[in-house]
Amino acid sequence: MAHGPSENFFTRWFFSTNHKDIGTLYLWFSFAMFLLGGAFAMIIRAELFQPGMQLIKPEFFNQMTTMHGLVMVFGAIMPAFVGLANWLIPMMIGAPDMALPRMNNLSFWILPFAFTILVATLFMEGGGPNFGWTFYAPLSTTYAPDTVNYFIFGVHLMGASSIMGSINIIATVMNMRAPGMTYMKMPLFVWTWLITAFLLVAVMPVLAGAVTMMLMDINFGTSFFDAAGGGDPVLFQHVFWFFGHPEVYIIILPAFGVVSQIIPTFSRKPLFGYSSMVYATAAIAFLSFIVWAHHMFTVGMPIAGELYFMYATMLIAVPTGVKVFNWITTMYKGALTFETPMLFCIAFVILFTFGGFTGMMLSIAAADTQYHDTYFVVAHFHYVMVAGAVFSGTAAIYYWLPKWCGRMYDETMGKVQFWLAFIAFNITFMPQHFLGLAGMPRRYSDYGLQFADWNMVSSIGAFMYGGAQLLFLFNVIRTIGWGKPVEDPKVWEGADGLEWTLPTPPPFHTFSTPPVVK
Amino acid sequence: MAEQGNYYVPEQSKLPLLAALGMGTMGFGAATWVIDGQSATVFVVGLAILAIVMYKWWSVVIEENMRGMVSDQLKHSYVLGMLWFIFSEVMFFAAFFGALFYVRVLVNPWIGGEAAITLFDDTPTDASVANSELLYPGYESTWPPLITPDQAANGESAKFVGPDQAMSFPGFSNWQRILAWLPLWNTIILLTSSYTVNIAHHALKEGNRKIFTRWLGITVFLGGVFLVLQAEEYIEAYQHMGLTLDSGIYGTTFFLLTGFHGAHVTLGTIMLLVSFLRGLKGHFKNDDHFGFEAAAWYWHFVDVVWVGLFLVVYVFD
Repeated sequence: MAHGPSENFFTRWFFSTNHKDIGTLYLWFSFAMFLLGGAFAMIIRAELFQPGMQLIKPEFFNQMTTMHGLVMVFGAIMPAFVGLANWLIPMMIGAPDMALPRMNNLSFWILPFAFTILVATLFMEGGGPNFGWTFYAPLSTTYAPDTVNYFIFGVHLMGASSIMGSINIIATVMNMRAPGMTYMKMPLFVWTWLITAFLLVAVMPVLAGAVTMMLMDINFGTSFFDAAGGGDPVLFQHVFWFFGHPEVYIIILPAFGVVSQIIPTFSRKPLFGYSSMVYATAAIAFLSFIVWAHHMFTVGMPIAGELYFMYATMLIAVPTGVKVFNWITTMYKGALTFETPMLFCIAFVILFTFGGFTGMMLSIAAADTQYHDTYFVVAHFHYVMVAGAVFSGTAAIYYWLPKWCGRMYDETMGKVQFWLAFIAFNITFMPQHFLGLAGMPRRYSDYGLQFADWNMVSSIGAFMYGGAQLLFLFNVIRTIGWGKPVEDPKVWEGADGLEWTLPTPPPFHTFSTPPVVK
Repeated sequence: MAEQGNYYVPEQSKLPLLAALGMGTMGFGAATWVIDGQSATVFVVGLAILAIVMYKWWSVVIEENMRGMVSDQLKHSYVLGMLWFIFSEVMFFAAFFGALFYVRVLVNPWIGGEAAITLFDDTPTDASVANSELLYPGYESTWPPLITPDQAANGESAKFVGPDQAMSFPGFSNWQRILAWLPLWNTIILLTSSYTVNIAHHALKEGNRKIFTRWLGITVFLGGVFLVLQAEEYIEAYQHMGLTLDSGIYGTTFFLLTGFHGAHVTLGTIMLLVSFLRGLKGHFKNDDHFGFEAAAWYWHFVDVVWVGLFLVVYVFD
């Protein structure tokens, strides 16, 4: 069959080979993980509401910070963008589906198993992972609970899922483009995902290597991370960050793609500097491989290493600056309107740039000695992860959801959610800059009295931000079930691209014969 | 199965979900296994599920191809999939080669008290002096390290005890020892097997089935011999050389690098064996045999990794 969705619920959603259904599965899974990781964050902020031990034990606090990071990075943000890629790439390049539809479903279904294993550790003897999402040795080896082994195999599963998903995306983009859809005609979202997929295939195996070394050190007597045997705990950090730095671009590049699609639509102008956007993305991806040790300025690297990694890191500001310039120039003299997706994208440009500047501060090795492992770092990466990745993901849902389901979201509710999220986000994370500069270390369940005021402010912002997400969930469900029908294939007046030439909602199989792109 | 106009989209399938179930069970079972050290049951069940699903999945793909349902476009997707999969494998090995490089070039001298390399001078710093005098006093930086820092500092009570001898190149002075040196034979075997698989590939393209079968069979045999010799090498290491996983960073990097390579040789041998059996069944056409070609590419990849290992792990130390 395969001409329409199966009538049988189980067949349709569990045995799917359809990019739209699998994309939907990814998106719902990621939102569930977003709420779970958000719940962990609420526990953290509740504990930090006042100094002293309030609600939970320090051991559990450590598990919460660890699980919050792991669930948000691997469970919420990455699958969200894979879900968008599934939905959008075939529609944007004129393909019927992903290149390898069955493997696509496998990539998805590994994730629920992987996260069940990971989250189940919270209920096991010894508790869940408690060594931070970066799981530095020897905290994650010598001093880790036994359950670290579940974490290790969970990471292996996530890696397998990511590698298969990425290979699929690369094969789709390289092999399934409609006639005439040359590389330099591809929408920027497709470009950023192609480069992201390349990064994933390159670094997920390195992460697998890192956890394998941990596994061997813990259970089989090797000494990768033990200086007594001739190894080095710092080796862990090198291997981890060789994965970890490209990983943060894996998270942010698809977000760049989303923003580069949305801003032109609501500016009613083509994207400014398309080719420079493509080259800047490639440059960022290249640089991401050669800057990893800027996460490790305080481990005692040779001065030559500190200098090299400092200057190489600063170079990233150049292609990133090109991007920010292009987004702003796209808006310049445009016929701007401020629908919800556009609001999120403008907030993205402002707040991501702010997060980029704090990144520049952190890249200065000498200054980083002061900032390292403080709340300043926490504030920095939440400005790029939340106001970057999460805001753009939210914008993408508001922007494409009417196309996907043929129903319009509630604009007022969307705008209320935006302003709530925008304000709450800044209340949460802006004070964390001050806390960090004043010397408050990250990952502690208690703090000195001098940090009390800003922590309380930050916690209040966090609860507001959590509430804004429930409003978002409500708006999405309301749209899918009861939103006002949309008939126009373009949905948005200024929208441009192959996905907007399809009927709204698009047919189950996107293009049965390839469209010709002129 | 449905042909959508010019396009191909496979119908719904149970296999992906079952494969994920198998992998999840394996992951959970593996963790349980290493924690309590006894029961591998769950892991084996997961492995069995995965093995059955993989057999079934590839059967479906082969059948689709035999029935002519696979378009040239989809075939190219398979080619891309295999190429990028091999690239991911390259990066997996890169992690371990990188670890070896970092430990050999930087960490080992540092623990021995050498100054960190700087652009400007290499006089010992306070930190490097502290390393050698306080942390592991008496440790001399050498490669391969036969005495671990732990031993240098703690003598008999050390947890990590270095090997009695290393798997090094015996030097050109003694030809008999060179001839008894297994890694050299393994290098010859693996390089030869890359050549034999190439002969088989050319024979298949020219339609000469007999030569294809014969030389592919020889390749599989060479792969098996390589594995036997490697097992022999490991037994020798454990029983006669005191070289184990516990013997510090040399044993660690030696066994992990050669061990993962061996695991990949095993996988490659299985892939070639399957191709051999499929060849006997007449699955391949002169111009359509990607199942075999993918296995051959994988085999060349494994071969290249070995050359890197041979040079870095065995010869230049």
